[in-house]
Amino acid sequence: MTEDIIAALKENVIQGRMTQDDEGIDESLTGPGVLELTQAALDNNIPADEIITNGITAGMEIVGERFNAKEYFIPDMLASAEAVSAAMDILKPHLEASNIETKGTFAIVTVRGDIHDIGKNIVAILLKGSGYEVTDLGIDVPTEKIVEYVRENNPDYLGLSALLTTTMLAMGDIIEALKAAGLRNKVKVLVGGAAVSGEYAREIGADAYCVDGFDAVRVLNTFQETKS
Amino acid sequence: MPREGILIDNPYERMTGEQIERVHRASMEILVDPGLTCFNQKAADIFAAAGADVTSVESDDHPTWLIKIPEKLVLDALESVPKTVKLGARNPANALVMHGEEPRVYFISGSETNIWLDVDFQTYTRKSDPGIEIQVPEFIPRRGTVADLCKSAHVCEHLETLDGYIRTVNIQDKDITEDNKDVNKFFASLNNTTKHVMAGLTSLNQLDNVVNMAKLIAGGEEQLKENPIISFITCLVKSPLQFVNDTTETFIEICKRGLPIVVSSSPQAGSTAPIKEAGIIAQINAEVLAGITLGQLVNRGTPVIYGSVPVRARMDTLADSYGAVETSQYNIDCVQMARFYKIPNYSTSGVCDSKTPGQQTSIERLFSDILVTLSGPQFLHCAYGLLDCNSVFSLLQAVLDDAHFQMIKFFLRKPRIDEVEITDTLKQIRAVVQTPQKLYIKYIRKVMRTGELSPSYPFEGDGETDNVFALAYEKMNELLTKPVEHIDQATTSRIFNEIPGLLPRLNRKSERIPRSLLRGTSMYMKKGNIND
Repeated sequence: MTEDIIAALKENVIQGRMTQDDEGIDESLTGPGVLELTQAALDNNIPADEIITNGITAGMEIVGERFNAKEYFIPDMLASAEAVSAAMDILKPHLEASNIETKGTFAIVTVRGDIHDIGKNIVAILLKGSGYEVTDLGIDVPTEKIVEYVRENNPDYLGLSALLTTTMLAMGDIIEALKAAGLRNKVKVLVGGAAVSGEYAREIGADAYCVDGFDAVRVLNTFQETKS
Repeated sequence: MPREGILIDNPYERMTGEQIERVHRASMEILVDPGLTCFNQKAADIFAAAGADVTSVESDDHPTWLIKIPEKLVLDALESVPKTVKLGARNPANALVMHGEEPRVYFISGSETNIWLDVDFQTYTRKSDPGIEIQVPEFIPRRGTVADLCKSAHVCEHLETLDGYIRTVNIQDKDITEDNKDVNKFFASLNNTTKHVMAGLTSLNQLDNVVNMAKLIAGGEEQLKENPIISFITCLVKSPLQFVNDTTETFIEICKRGLPIVVSSSPQAGSTAPIKEAGIIAQINAEVLAGITLGQLVNRGTPVIYGSVPVRARMDTLADSYGAVETSQYNIDCVQMARFYKIPNYSTSGVCDSKTPGQQTSIERLFSDILVTLSGPQFLHCAYGLLDCNSVFSLLQAVLDDAHFQMIKFFLRKPRIDEVEITDTLKQIRAVVQTPQKLYIKYIRKVMRTGELSPSYPFEGDGETDNVFALAYEKMNELLTKPVEHIDQATTSRIFNEIPGLLPRLNRKSERIPRSLLRGTSMYMKKGNIND
């Protein structure tokens, strides 16, 4: 029974079926999706770490392989990541209860004056699907609110997103405000968005520039490896 | 089931109904005054017997007649000319059925060029940084051969968008003569593609050999009539308004045999036709109608196609300018005229002025390909691979052109906006706006795999690198390794026993592609030194 649920969970992660109503790539695959199977696993007392390791992570590894082999495209990757992200929400209390740590905490925000959030949302899905605990602070967020959040929640990483050349200037202000509040060394700041570049990231003193969501996963994984 | 082609629901039209009527009236007047000069006695006799005003003209070198064709003769011909023409194919699923009133477009290769353009890739190293290398294509022109024709038909067989084959290159091997060219060019084409094959005839005395070969392949005389796997194209009228002796003779003989034939005229606005649109269209229409009338007088009901290849002159050289915007305008006008008479139309697009594959080529070709396609000609000679105003053929360019036509065909798909689509979409919208991310991305997945999304440009390089030519070259070689369904060995043996003049090296005993077909020869030639 345990093996069946975990195998079905893995397959549904690969297929990117969040719920039983979703269609995967293989149209013949029906029945419970990732959410229902995660709940079923918990109901059957399967430990959360086993659900993650043998079901979710094992499924995502195959998704990654297929993406690299150009069998999967970004929508496939996102569908799987979104399903995993939803499963992690169900699993979160069980992880805390079992003292299982996530890969890291990541807060993401679209800076003041900017309401564009497609890129931010995709980054959030991919990071969450990769095992990070993600908090989305929303769009057009004032600098003071961001500093306050960092002070109170102490995230490992802070992601700043901006689409426009005018609004990206707020990124520099945020870094300066973090310095002024004595928080700059406590959080790694990653920047991204259509107008942003590696050069700009260096100029304002960010820790990294991420080209896209996949790059954000790579960058964070590198930081994690360095940390460990 | 014949090939589907692309049905243009609302064809683009330049001329109003009134303007079409004016052109028609002007053409009728031209056919009477000044009429046509004729250098072929049979045609003069046929017109005279049918009631046209035919007078002998004094000439020092050629017997010449002046033919004035009364409107009644033309209207009778327009009455009897078939409104539907079928072009058959070795594989019946590749047949083309063209209705004069229906703007269903078929994309066709062609036409015969003297020069074959090989491509080779040279590696260049950056002087200031020897670590950086780039590959640059080098295009090498040379004389076309039978092997090239086989290779081109082979690749065209596998080009998805290409519906029919007009031979792309003039065969100029040392053992090809006036007397064996026709049988060899038709056999080389037919043996390497199962699509329809159209060509001009070099020598009238080869006509029956070619027709007999087609009968053997089709399975007999009746079968060839039912499934005409070959057709012909003739320029019997040379602009302005002259029936040429030899091609008119050829035209008459082909009409007698009842195989489909294109009555083609190719006036050049500025030199052999008036530079103004009204003038060139009235003239070419008169020229084509004169040919169609002759065809119906020879053999009432013989299938003909309204062939229009109008082109504007280049102002710097007075050569044909297929890349000129007006050339597309003229072609679209002719599509409208043919549709007015309900006769299937042979039109031209895609021929460009540029001499090698590159940016100018793509701009010129795509411009005319899109516009002329939208006007709805049935038989669009869109000239896969043709360069330099019809004088150079590049197989690499043909592969690139196939990608263009895939885009055009995709664009012309009908919109899917119906009750089911709207209901599904509303459901999707309502579901997505309730999610935190508000993204429709997961709904792409199914559409992505059902072919409903247009594919990426197939020759896109990584990052900023332009690999278009290298990738298209890879594709070309991949297509050359794909097998082709050749004519079966028993039929091939009969053809080689019964049809004189075939080159023994074309009698392939196996499916293996000879090495000679996979590489170019080393004979380089300058364009302009070759006479057909």
